[in-house]
Amino acid sequence: MALLNWRKELPLFGAVLGLILILGVGNAAFFSLDNLADLLRNSIVIGIMALGVMVVMASGGIDVSFTAIAIFSAYATTRLLLETGGGESIVLAFVSAAFLGSILGLINALFIAWLRLPTLIVTLGTLSLFRGAMLTFLGSEYITALPNSMVAFSRWDLVTGLTSGGSTYRVPVAFLALPLTAVLVSLLLNRTYWGRGIYAIGGDRESAERAGFATAGLQTFIYCFVGALSALAGMIHVTLGRIANPFDLVGMELNVIAAVVLGGARLTGGYGSVTGTLLGVALIVMINNSLILLGVPSFWQRVVVGLLILIGAGTTVVRGRALRGVRT
Amino acid sequence: MIRLKVSDPHTRLLMAMTVAVFLAMSLLKPGVFLSWNNLRSISFQFPEFALLALAVSVTMLTGGIDLSIVSTALLAASAGAILQTQVFENPSSLAATGLAVAAIFAVGALCGGVNGALIVHLRIPPILATLGTMQLFSGLTIAVTGGTALYGFSDRFLFLGNSSILGLPVPLVIFVLLAGLTGLLLTRTGFGFKLYLLGGNPRAARFSGINSAQILLRTYILSGVLASFAGLIMAARSNSVNADYGASYLLLSILVAVLGGINPDGGFGRISGLVLAVLSLQFIASGLNMLRFSSFAKDLVWGGLLLVVLAVHQAVKNRRNRATGPLVAEDKR
Repeated sequence: MALLNWRKELPLFGAVLGLILILGVGNAAFFSLDNLADLLRNSIVIGIMALGVMVVMASGGIDVSFTAIAIFSAYATTRLLLETGGGESIVLAFVSAAFLGSILGLINALFIAWLRLPTLIVTLGTLSLFRGAMLTFLGSEYITALPNSMVAFSRWDLVTGLTSGGSTYRVPVAFLALPLTAVLVSLLLNRTYWGRGIYAIGGDRESAERAGFATAGLQTFIYCFVGALSALAGMIHVTLGRIANPFDLVGMELNVIAAVVLGGARLTGGYGSVTGTLLGVALIVMINNSLILLGVPSFWQRVVVGLLILIGAGTTVVRGRALRGVRT
Repeated sequence: MIRLKVSDPHTRLLMAMTVAVFLAMSLLKPGVFLSWNNLRSISFQFPEFALLALAVSVTMLTGGIDLSIVSTALLAASAGAILQTQVFENPSSLAATGLAVAAIFAVGALCGGVNGALIVHLRIPPILATLGTMQLFSGLTIAVTGGTALYGFSDRFLFLGNSSILGLPVPLVIFVLLAGLTGLLLTRTGFGFKLYLLGGNPRAARFSGINSAQILLRTYILSGVLASFAGLIMAARSNSVNADYGASYLLLSILVAVLGGINPDGGFGRISGLVLAVLSLQFIASGLNMLRFSSFAKDLVWGGLLLVVLAVHQAVKNRRNRATGPLVAEDKR
């Protein structure tokens, strides 16, 4: 099993290594500590979101509302903490955001698992609904005076120091959330009964049901879980940026989906792995942040990302056909 | 021109909704909503958006999707802008404007052709192929515009976005013509018949000898051309092209299409439903604006409306299935 996964992800791993080599040879500054710290910092939010989206895709669905859930939960939590004066505990802040995120996820689940409506359509509706509700009822102003605990958390560094050039580099403790989420999702998918059920629904919902999986319950869990993860990502985004901007995050959903798809998850369900997703995220983050080191104007980033998606999708299809050809 | 089949329950629901919204807004704000100015500004605002919804709808009828519509519109519009402002010595001449318009359609068709080729020849699923080309076209738009806004269209070109013919705004005229033509194409021609069949049941379509590759390719080209008309109107209305323009249009136009009764699994949906959906949403947006709600209340209501309409449909379908047993043919919507 492990060997098979390894083989599947080898081309992607090669692409990531290749890009690192190209970037490193093209400009030695790529390997500078502050650039590497930047890359790590920039991969936290997109990485956590991507892991959530991957779980949805493995179950054969697609979620485009997660950015709205992320910013809704983070913005609401920030305001709640400010207004109740409960901003002393960072744990409380994250837990209440995650709770809010899973409630919003439950709304998705209501339509998807119980009414059996198509996932893309439902989450399109809730994307618009959640964002509209936040901007209408919670407000549309930036909040720059964050609660004390959030400010303190953003200053809490895992690694920090001075480069030889004299500039500071820092990796915040919040980065740990990414590997922790990765381990959690990996355990969920590979070591639990529910994980098996998620892939089974993605393969064929009808069969999964007949095999005895409680598909409605599982789907409810999936969308609540993704809601909680998105809320976590939203909180980290707000905390590290030290500003709660309700217009942030919404609009990046297709970029995250692109990273997940590059990572080998299929929109038809049944496929998707943590390693692949992290590699996909690494690819997107490096292209978006480091291509500029090669003197490539930043506006070519999107072209490169687009081409990568097409090449990735094209080779998956071709390899799939070749595999089927071998078997029959 | 477009036959309104009122026997269709979804269209009936939409018509009732459109009329209800229109009446409610007229009663709540009689002097403002019903004013000539308001109706006029509505009919300048919605065509670009409605054309994008039309573009995505034709691909959804085949069971596919086109996520690249907005990028296609902007890439096409920027090609026109560059041709008009940087190539010709006298940009206001008829030839320069005509060529700019022709270039917009050509780029739109080309973008659609690229999507079609990726889907038909490389067999990449439509959602992935157009996710890739969405990034690709939008990147190219940023590259050719240098990341800034292009402006300086000729008056002749701006006429297409800001003037009226016989009292009717030009964008509205363009939309009515294109929606009518697309409706005719879908209901009155062999191409339309095959397109619906392909979307409804690809396997049956293959066994009945339909050249599905050709139909798909043409559908995506049609989508690209319709999107380029939207690009044309956007550019002419604002006298500028900017790679970030209309970023929120993509998901909203899919929302409109679904609300209009276009089945995302393919095979079902009418252009008349789409037009009704666009109209009712536009009435709501403009009415909320007049009732002094924040401009974001629109997102809230649109999203909520989509979910309510779908949930009601599903509930009705489930009840019918329970009453008559699941063997009744599913009408998918």
